[in-house]
Amino acid sequence: MIINHPLLGPRDSQEFVYLGDAALIHRPDGMAEGALDKFIDYTYLRDNPAGTHRELWYHEQGDRSWLVVTRNTVTHEITAVELARDVARTEGRSK
Amino acid sequence: MANPLKSLTPLGHDKPITEIIGAVTIIENVGTALASLASRRGREAEVAGAAQTAGIPLPGPGRSQAAATYSAIWLGPEQWMIEAPFATHEDISAILKPIFGEAASITEQTDAWVRFDLTAADLPALFERLCNYDLGRAGVGAATRTVIDHLGCYVVRRSDVEVSIIGPRSSAHSLHHALTTAAKSAF
Amino acid sequence: MSRISGGQIDRSKTLRFSFDGVSYNGHPGDTLASALLANNVRLMGRSFKYHRPRGVISAGSEEPNAIVELRTGARQEPNTRATVIELFDGLSAQSQNRWPSLKFDAMAINDRLSPFFAAGFYYKTFMWPAAFWEKIYEPIIRRAAGLGSLSKQDDPDDYDKGFLHCDLLIIGAGPAGLSAALTAGRAGARVILADEDFCMGGRLNAETLEIGGVAGADWAAKTVLELAALPNVRLMTRTTVIGAFDHGIYGAVERVSDHLAQPLPGKPRQILWRIYTARAILAAGATERPIAFENNDRPGIMLAGALRAYANRWGVAVGEKVAVFTNNDDGLRTVSDLKAKGLDVTLIDARKGDEVIDSAGRLGLKSITVRRGNGQTETLQVSALGVSGGWNPNLNIASNHRGRPIWDDSIAAFLPAPESIAGLSCVGAAAGAMSTHAALTTGAEQAVAILADLGIKASADVPKAEDAPLNLSPAWYVHSGKGRAWVDQQNDVTVKDVKLAKQEGFVSVEHLKRYTTLGMATDQGKTGNVLGLAVMAELTGKTIPQTGTTIYRPPYTPVAMGALGGRARGHDFKPTRHAPSHKWATEQGAIFVEVGYWLRAQWLPRPGETTWRQSVDREVLQTRKSAGICDVTTLGKIDIQGTDAGLFLDRVYANTFGSLAVGKVRYGLMLREDGMVMDDGTTARMGQNEYVMTTTTANAVPVFRHLEYCRQVLWPDLDVQLISTTEAWAQYSVAGPNARKLLEKLVDQDISDAAFPYMACGNITVQGTRARLFRISFSGERAYEIAVPTRYGDAMIRALVEAGREFDAVVYGTEALGVMRVEKGHVAGNELNGQSSALNMGLGKMVSRKKDSIGMVLSQREGMTAPNGYRLVGVKPVNPSDALTAGAHFLAKGAEAVAANDGGWLTSVVYSPHLGHSIGLGYLKSGDNRKGERMRSVNLLAKTDVEVEIISPHFFDPEGERLRG
Repeated sequence: MIINHPLLGPRDSQEFVYLGDAALIHRPDGMAEGALDKFIDYTYLRDNPAGTHRELWYHEQGDRSWLVVTRNTVTHEITAVELARDVARTEGRSK
Repeated sequence: MANPLKSLTPLGHDKPITEIIGAVTIIENVGTALASLASRRGREAEVAGAAQTAGIPLPGPGRSQAAATYSAIWLGPEQWMIEAPFATHEDISAILKPIFGEAASITEQTDAWVRFDLTAADLPALFERLCNYDLGRAGVGAATRTVIDHLGCYVVRRSDVEVSIIGPRSSAHSLHHALTTAAKSAF
Repeated sequence: MSRISGGQIDRSKTLRFSFDGVSYNGHPGDTLASALLANNVRLMGRSFKYHRPRGVISAGSEEPNAIVELRTGARQEPNTRATVIELFDGLSAQSQNRWPSLKFDAMAINDRLSPFFAAGFYYKTFMWPAAFWEKIYEPIIRRAAGLGSLSKQDDPDDYDKGFLHCDLLIIGAGPAGLSAALTAGRAGARVILADEDFCMGGRLNAETLEIGGVAGADWAAKTVLELAALPNVRLMTRTTVIGAFDHGIYGAVERVSDHLAQPLPGKPRQILWRIYTARAILAAGATERPIAFENNDRPGIMLAGALRAYANRWGVAVGEKVAVFTNNDDGLRTVSDLKAKGLDVTLIDARKGDEVIDSAGRLGLKSITVRRGNGQTETLQVSALGVSGGWNPNLNIASNHRGRPIWDDSIAAFLPAPESIAGLSCVGAAAGAMSTHAALTTGAEQAVAILADLGIKASADVPKAEDAPLNLSPAWYVHSGKGRAWVDQQNDVTVKDVKLAKQEGFVSVEHLKRYTTLGMATDQGKTGNVLGLAVMAELTGKTIPQTGTTIYRPPYTPVAMGALGGRARGHDFKPTRHAPSHKWATEQGAIFVEVGYWLRAQWLPRPGETTWRQSVDREVLQTRKSAGICDVTTLGKIDIQGTDAGLFLDRVYANTFGSLAVGKVRYGLMLREDGMVMDDGTTARMGQNEYVMTTTTANAVPVFRHLEYCRQVLWPDLDVQLISTTEAWAQYSVAGPNARKLLEKLVDQDISDAAFPYMACGNITVQGTRARLFRISFSGERAYEIAVPTRYGDAMIRALVEAGREFDAVVYGTEALGVMRVEKGHVAGNELNGQSSALNMGLGKMVSRKKDSIGMVLSQREGMTAPNGYRLVGVKPVNPSDALTAGAHFLAKGAEAVAANDGGWLTSVVYSPHLGHSIGLGYLKSGDNRKGERMRSVNLLAKTDVEVEIISPHFFDPEGERLRG
């Protein structure tokens, strides 16, 4: 597979490590009320779509950027690749 | 006090090696000091300004850039590897830290790496046996990290006929073996 | 008669070769098949199941029959197709699947017993008893139905892997591929043209057709010359594109040295290329298919196009008297070409109702029986018969992504579905464009269209060529007699087998394939598949498109395992990492152990020591008595800087780090989000905003990845910067009561306990060289870790050993390290097994609940905190002379050794020279409340059953007095 790195252009997937669902960006606050239930959901309950899926990939043998890759799990077509840091910020993560 | 400690090259010799295999010359380069430079958050402009004043280039993604004393390779977002002559900059992080102060994180990297400089008229013919990097389309100044025989290495195109491969020092022997094998196979 | 005039062979040179021990001559340009035919050898093998005599039926990679063992000794290679083996001087080949000889094969009795060997025979016969399968049935079947044998020696040749990049990959260099390459090459695009043959041109080399007024083969040669002169075009002969992978990546195998007796020094036998393309063109041509009739598998019966190819390209006549059985006009070309070569040719045209209904000749064709349209039969004495049932486009690669081929009635064949692979276009015969004109035109026009997409302007310039229609009238198999008509010759599948499959309900194409083995093995049904489908369609009264077709996975043709492995074998299977003391340790005769890619000294024997235990015991005792030195460079080191570095550490470690003072070190426990322990190590605060984290050797890479994940994905605004410094520093542990005295001889600064207490760290110098010192201990002794820039690592180990001489200090390896950490009750790899929590390890109190950290919340889950969960315990044998066994399980005394009674297990076991007996760490249910209890530790595999006492995991200096000194 080829992942079109937002900074470095097309790169072979052999340079990357796959993690999983980009929903992992939304880590609950461990000190908040009801954290246990939220963490069980966060850690174990994932969607497994046959189709478009946002995933975290790590350019381990490249620039070490974490990326959010939007990939069709049926066709492997990749429709978007973004820096995970940018996505996380956009989606409200900070410190 | 006893005698000062004696250094060895990454390949474990007193002096770096030079080899000619067919059309390619492979030199173990130990003449460069390295340090990583990373902007602290929100201080990117300060880092850029200090670098400019000090004559330290800060190239963009996928690039390297040389200047009078310093050259630099882009490592990742807001992170570079700074190169300087070892003879004058052995303690490179001590030299760089005053330049950037608390605006940047600087870490000595000289001894983490082995650097091989490869010279050949047709370098792409060698690199197609080594890694997925399209050296044929990579002009002078292109630089990237990629995999060579399972090892994460930086590939820096210094000129049309010269490329540096900067790989993990502990695997210097394995990387050297990969390079010489590919050279014998390709040329 | 065999060699005739013409052809692309160099008659000025003679090549000697042998087949089954008999010597023959051939010429450069020959394949093994053409050279054997030229020497009147038609019998080349025995069939898979019935051991029927078989000869070559094709002139290409689709060959199902002429499968031989090539070369001898370690280079012996089974199952190579004689049709694609390029002849070289000294070539040696053997027929396979016969005993004792090709002409007299005892196993041919299977042919007489054929009623018992029909499809499904094995499934029905060798069903039970099940235990017989592996030991009795399978070996017998394998011997009887072998496809060649292995040398069982190491392959002496090397294989490379490589990477290529292009705008346009063109697969196949026949008229369509050449036309596309010429169009794209002239336009300046970066083109790769790959062909499996050693000579480009495809069918043009086998035909007498003209292009632009010159012979097709000459046009091909001229075009190749022009392309070779273009720097933007790479021509790759002997290169098979084996499959289409995701996003424009294609795999290809280049046979660099297969046409030589052995590779040139330093050169690979083959190269597995990964080709990155912007676009690709499939111009793989078409493969002719037979018409099935009774006894249609005798040597001398071949595809009509192959018969013509042997005559035109290789100057070989398979017989003087020849017949051609065809259902299309392409077969007529064989008639006219062979007649032009002076042969006596009879046409049997299925379209006129004429049919071949049988053949005769035990080891090779002698005659055929023909039934004319008027019902009359006659026998023709012929030694060769060309058969053409039409041509199947070579769409294999186009279906690699599951694109279902589409039936086309006009050529009675499947075509590649449009857009079946993103970026791939099909042209020429591969796309059903069967004439030379159509091949040239579609090739050029597709190239122009593709280049326009890529922003490159090109124009098509197509020379004149024939544009005749195929005029095919489908004829699949001849309905006559009771004998067997072969559909798939490689797997000995007959029309009857297809009928049996239908009768037993295996009607779907996938079931048909698996029940009969149709289309399996080295040829993957290139000649037989569509024929088999057609028979099934007729039997079920459906059309072929209704019946469906199987699709193709890579590889297109068989690929040697060596090519897939490349250089990664033996010592080069993976890279090796050398620790800075490697050179010195090698000089000492150290025994090394692989830890990931690292080689670490396991123990360092001294003269007179004959067992590893002697060395390890000495290393442990001497370290505890005086001083020991160990290379700990392999532990991961991560430089963590930034104004939020302390906060960051609080998030990634379960225990508190923000409060760590500059110049101090702390042990840190890192959890996964699910609450299990991920890793442990120490982190030193070297400056206000500067920390150095250490990880276990095994987890250096995963921990770095995790930290990057935390700072980029979870907390993107933290001011934290990371870089690995594992390789930058040579780091040695110096442990034991005399550790400080030893170091004081080398270190330039004051390291007295007042200046450098337990858990201190700082920058120092060693004889003027910059260094770092950490006062931390894994062994339980007063210990330091000292780090110098790696280039001084060799000098440093020598300096430490020299300085240690007056203390009789030892250098110890990983075994002694392991003994000392078990004695101290420190967890390591065996306990950090990914299924254990801090609580399990007796470190539950380290998980701070005053701050949010990775894994904090889920480590409090009900199941994780159950009081009867596993806890780390120490274990010793009740009888000190008993040895413990790692992996043994704890059982209550008297309990039966079954899973229901399992109480836990021994994770780590060592012999403690200090205590004089075996000790272990283990996980035991409710282990923290069971100290003093006596249990059994049982290992059913090692057949050990030892009575043990559960004790504290801290066997040695539990108060840690030795650490602080």
